[in-house]
Amino acid sequence: MRVILFLLRKEFVQIFRNRMFLPMIFAMPLVQLLVLPLAANYEMKNIVAVVVDHDRSMVSQQLVEKIAASGYFRIHAYPTSFDEAFSLIEGDRGDLILEIPKDFESRLIERGGSSVFIAVNAINGIKASLGGAYLRQILTSFSSELRERQMPVAAFPPLPLIRLKTSVRFNPIMSYRHFMVPGFLVLLVTIISTYMCGLHAVKEKENGSIEQINVSPVKKYQFILGKLIPFWILGVVVFSLGLFVVARWVYGILPVGSLLLLYAYLLLYLVAMLGLGLLVSTYCHTQQQVMFTMFFFMMIFILMSGLFTPIESMPRWAYLIACCSPITYFTEVARMVILKGSDFSHLHIHIGMMSFFALLFNSWAVINYKKTL
Amino acid sequence: MKEKKVVIDVEGLTKCFGAFKAVDNISFEVFQGEIFGFLGANGAGKTTAMRMLCGLSLPTSGKARVAGFDIYKQSEQVKRNIGYMSQKFSLYEDLTVMENIRLFGGIYGLSHKQIKEKSSELIETLDLIEVSKKLVAALPLGWKQKLAFSIAILHKPQIVFLDEPTGGVDPITRRQFWKLIYKATSESITVFVTTHYMDEAEYCDRISMMVDGRIKALDSPQNLKMHFSASSMDDVFLRLARKAQRQAE
Repeated sequence: MRVILFLLRKEFVQIFRNRMFLPMIFAMPLVQLLVLPLAANYEMKNIVAVVVDHDRSMVSQQLVEKIAASGYFRIHAYPTSFDEAFSLIEGDRGDLILEIPKDFESRLIERGGSSVFIAVNAINGIKASLGGAYLRQILTSFSSELRERQMPVAAFPPLPLIRLKTSVRFNPIMSYRHFMVPGFLVLLVTIISTYMCGLHAVKEKENGSIEQINVSPVKKYQFILGKLIPFWILGVVVFSLGLFVVARWVYGILPVGSLLLLYAYLLLYLVAMLGLGLLVSTYCHTQQQVMFTMFFFMMIFILMSGLFTPIESMPRWAYLIACCSPITYFTEVARMVILKGSDFSHLHIHIGMMSFFALLFNSWAVINYKKTL
Repeated sequence: MKEKKVVIDVEGLTKCFGAFKAVDNISFEVFQGEIFGFLGANGAGKTTAMRMLCGLSLPTSGKARVAGFDIYKQSEQVKRNIGYMSQKFSLYEDLTVMENIRLFGGIYGLSHKQIKEKSSELIETLDLIEVSKKLVAALPLGWKQKLAFSIAILHKPQIVFLDEPTGGVDPITRRQFWKLIYKATSESITVFVTTHYMDEAEYCDRISMMVDGRIKALDSPQNLKMHFSASSMDDVFLRLARKAQRQAE
């Protein structure tokens, strides 16, 4: 025990003495937490629409105004021909084309119906499908408005209509940020703890000081605990800063669920991820190798964690990989506890899996950290 | 000659890396309080042999007892009773002189009081008073090596292993370094040292010459010179090392 205290003292001195470490540990996550949730947004706004209006009538004017007023679209230009519009799309200066035919208004009045043509630039699949759908919605509502205006209501029996009444739970204003901030909090804690711990541990190999430790009576578990505990504490500090300072004061997010539960899970999660960092460092010899190896794991773990895209809609094989990523579980737990107020009884699987990861990574790291090199 | 206590007893120690025999069946004894020189060309297997004795590397075969403990079964006791100074400087450069002393004192189980006494004594003898609060990285190489040696014997080990401790150090500091070594032997610490400086070889009580992973000669410098009818240790070294088959790394 005494040996661990001496090792801890040394680690803290080294961490706080390193000029790069502290800014990296504190400033980086806070800045990222301020920037990323505002930028990473799947709501499509500013879809650039190019309108080719051959009709130039009252009705076509009204339609274009309605589209512009929806807030999703920006009308970029009014070229005179479809070819001209298409060259804008080709030059990536437009996302979709709406072509209104010459006899749009007169056909509407005379024959009671007309058609328009939509061409969507599908290079960005999400943008294309959402943009197309928004535009269709606007067109539908426009046509029913037209119908109501043209026909006196009394002439027809009222149209059968199902009214929808929606009540939004857990994130009542449907803010994308409310959904993303807990996720980013997890992400930042993960990156800080795992990277820093791995880098810090492998530094001993790089500068040879591990030799001096290895000929001493220091035991494997003591050395590993000495590396783990400081970053365990720092991880909690970073998470708290993010939760109580940024999430609360900047985004106005107050955890609905139990803080105790959230922190208990955080501690467990940190043990697992720090173990992963140490495990990687036992296989590497330089900080550069740690960076690259870690980058590989982080890319997969993060992109497949359900942080950005729901894991339920992944193909089966990808879903199975996502289930092997510790980040998946904490992202879910953070959202469940912070937004929904889930309690212990909802988290059995998450706790079980994370305990498994913690045990796996750490025992593997201890075994692989060979004193006899 | 009086009976001497054996502190290192090596029998048939071998280390293979694949088909390559880095250390090939070596046997020798080292007695308490002597300075045992371990000589050989680069790549002769000195460091590998030393690392096995320190418990940093597992032998492929053979037996060895260090400080009375078996290197296979009692490696923790071995570690408690030896000091080691590696070829590459391996104290913490981002800690101060004092912090390094405190850390290693603590690791070897010295009490706070002992650490305090030892460190002030050490800093005084090494003339490090002014830099005791400076980072080790800022010290000149010679000072670093003296500090590394002092820390290696901080816990009064039975044996201290020194792997080329004076490589790249100026002649004056080298002389001071050897004074420290003599002082250690006067406190009955056994010194096991590898070196490429033949003048340093002359300071040793006994010398073993390694060629291609084997020990080709083992005796006092005096006897070795007589045996090979050489005028200096330089000559002895050249005669033996010239027969080497291995290319130096």
